Amino acid sequence: MIINIASKEIKSFFVTPMGWIILALITAAFGTYYLEGVNSYFEVMSGAIRPAERVGVTIYVGQTVYGAAFFLMLFAVPLMSMRLISEERRQQTLPFLFSAPVSIVEIVLGKFFGLFAFLALMVVYIFLMLSTLNIWADIDFGYLFSNTFGLLLLVGSFAAIGIYFSSLTSQPIIAAILSFIFAFLLLGLESYFASQPNHWFHHVSLLKHFQTFSRGVISSKDIIYFLLFISTFIVLTIRRLDADRLRG
Amino acid sequence: MTTTLKALGLTRLFGPNKAVNNVSFELSKGEVLGFLGPNGAGKSTTMRMLTGNLAPTDGQVEICGINIIEEPKLAKANIGYLPEMRPLYKEFRVNEFLRIAAKLHNIPAKKINSSIDIAMEKCGLTHMSNRLIENLSNGYQQRVGIAQAIIHNPEIVILDEPTVGLDPIQIREIRKLIKEIGKEHSVILSTHILPEVEIVCDRVQIIDKGNLVFHGSIDDLKQQRRGNKLLVGFKKTPTLKKLQSLFDIVKIEKQEDLLHVIQFKNLDFDMEKFIQVCVKEKLGLFQVSPHITSLEDTFVQLTNK
Repeated sequence: MIINIASKEIKSFFVTPMGWIILALITAAFGTYYLEGVNSYFEVMSGAIRPAERVGVTIYVGQTVYGAAFFLMLFAVPLMSMRLISEERRQQTLPFLFSAPVSIVEIVLGKFFGLFAFLALMVVYIFLMLSTLNIWADIDFGYLFSNTFGLLLLVGSFAAIGIYFSSLTSQPIIAAILSFIFAFLLLGLESYFASQPNHWFHHVSLLKHFQTFSRGVISSKDIIYFLLFISTFIVLTIRRLDADRLRG
Repeated sequence: MTTTLKALGLTRLFGPNKAVNNVSFELSKGEVLGFLGPNGAGKSTTMRMLTGNLAPTDGQVEICGINIIEEPKLAKANIGYLPEMRPLYKEFRVNEFLRIAAKLHNIPAKKINSSIDIAMEKCGLTHMSNRLIENLSNGYQQRVGIAQAIIHNPEIVILDEPTVGLDPIQIREIRKLIKEIGKEHSVILSTHILPEVEIVCDRVQIIDKGNLVFHGSIDDLKQQRRGNKLLVGFKKTPTLKKLQSLFDIVKIEKQEDLLHVIQFKNLDFDMEKFIQVCVKEKLGLFQVSPHITSLEDTFVQLTNK
């Protein structure tokens, strides 16, 4: 059932221009960063005299691309997530789902995974693009996997924020703005207390946890953090939709 | 006849306002139930509770013997619901949308195509199958709405004001369609178009300010309308006193010209005797007919109690 709802969401992205436009923009943006990385690699590396300054091509290009990824996704995800529930509210189509033999948990999970599958497509796409380096270099796939995994968790968190704010309003654009602001604040939370490295803000900052993955480290602590983050917002969304049924 | 739907003491509060107050009724298989009421009477609220879209403050709903609050999934599988605002994903084509509806209602993969075809045929949508819902006319969109409600062949079909905003030809077609659906399924239909109820429904239920004020068959409603009144034309109008000496009359109302509405005390008054006496008394009787209160009047009477 979750799959049915997810597939409806994915179809919905592709029958409107939205899905295609976002895919095109993201592809163009990542392609540019990738090209930039490849182009400047030898130039920068030939300038690096000490061996410690030299890095492999995977890390150099990977850092350029994945460093831009969280920022680009910060814009892309709210645009994709904004319609998920708010559009259903606006068009009054929620009774269609509520009257079908599906639970609210399935509806929310279906919508989340539908969006997540679309976003995963982009993440896998970036991975494939970077893998093409392997044609002329021997690249470090472990580094790419760890980044891909981290980016998946990060866009999953953005998607969870997006679906929650989408459930709060019937105006998609307001949902997009709110989830952008919220994700933006959470992303850079630690920079507000940069002088106090042990402040608890550092532990809830999204970017802090993503950085572990971007160094090529897959740590269970960060995985749990992201999974908890995602489930929190999904539970909040379920509660919000259930309140519709209870409060009317 | 098997009971398909049972509502027991349904009550819904919105803050301090009672939108629906202790409404109970039953629905049998193959029956079309008309749900009448003025705007804001609680029709839609009741329907939302019946379909599990709104939790009742108090009371129970049983769909084919399954409690909708305890087992929502099982119960909802037996309901097809078309809300007042039709829930259509307008960016899809008709057949794509119906496929989504079919999948959501757990129709096995093998049967999906055939059930889409059947639903489209029933609703006269076959030639619109590849059109974007967005581009369809109001009437056709309504048909898509009905098609998604019947695609899984549910025991109960609940339609909230299905003919609102349609042109007379479309209204006729939709009514025909509803009658057809009513043969196999139980149908609940809300409306405030009164003649519609007489055309389509077997049973009527009138709700006002959240309370059920009338509940009975169409014949009961007609009985209520006919009642004990005659529309009589006298050339020489007799006084009330004179008439009361001749018959058991409660009241005379003067209509236009020489016409009068005479209300008898009893329901089973003797029409033949009444005419004989009138002729004997030479009152100049020139017209006698049963005085049928319009459905609107009955409705107003019932809802103003």
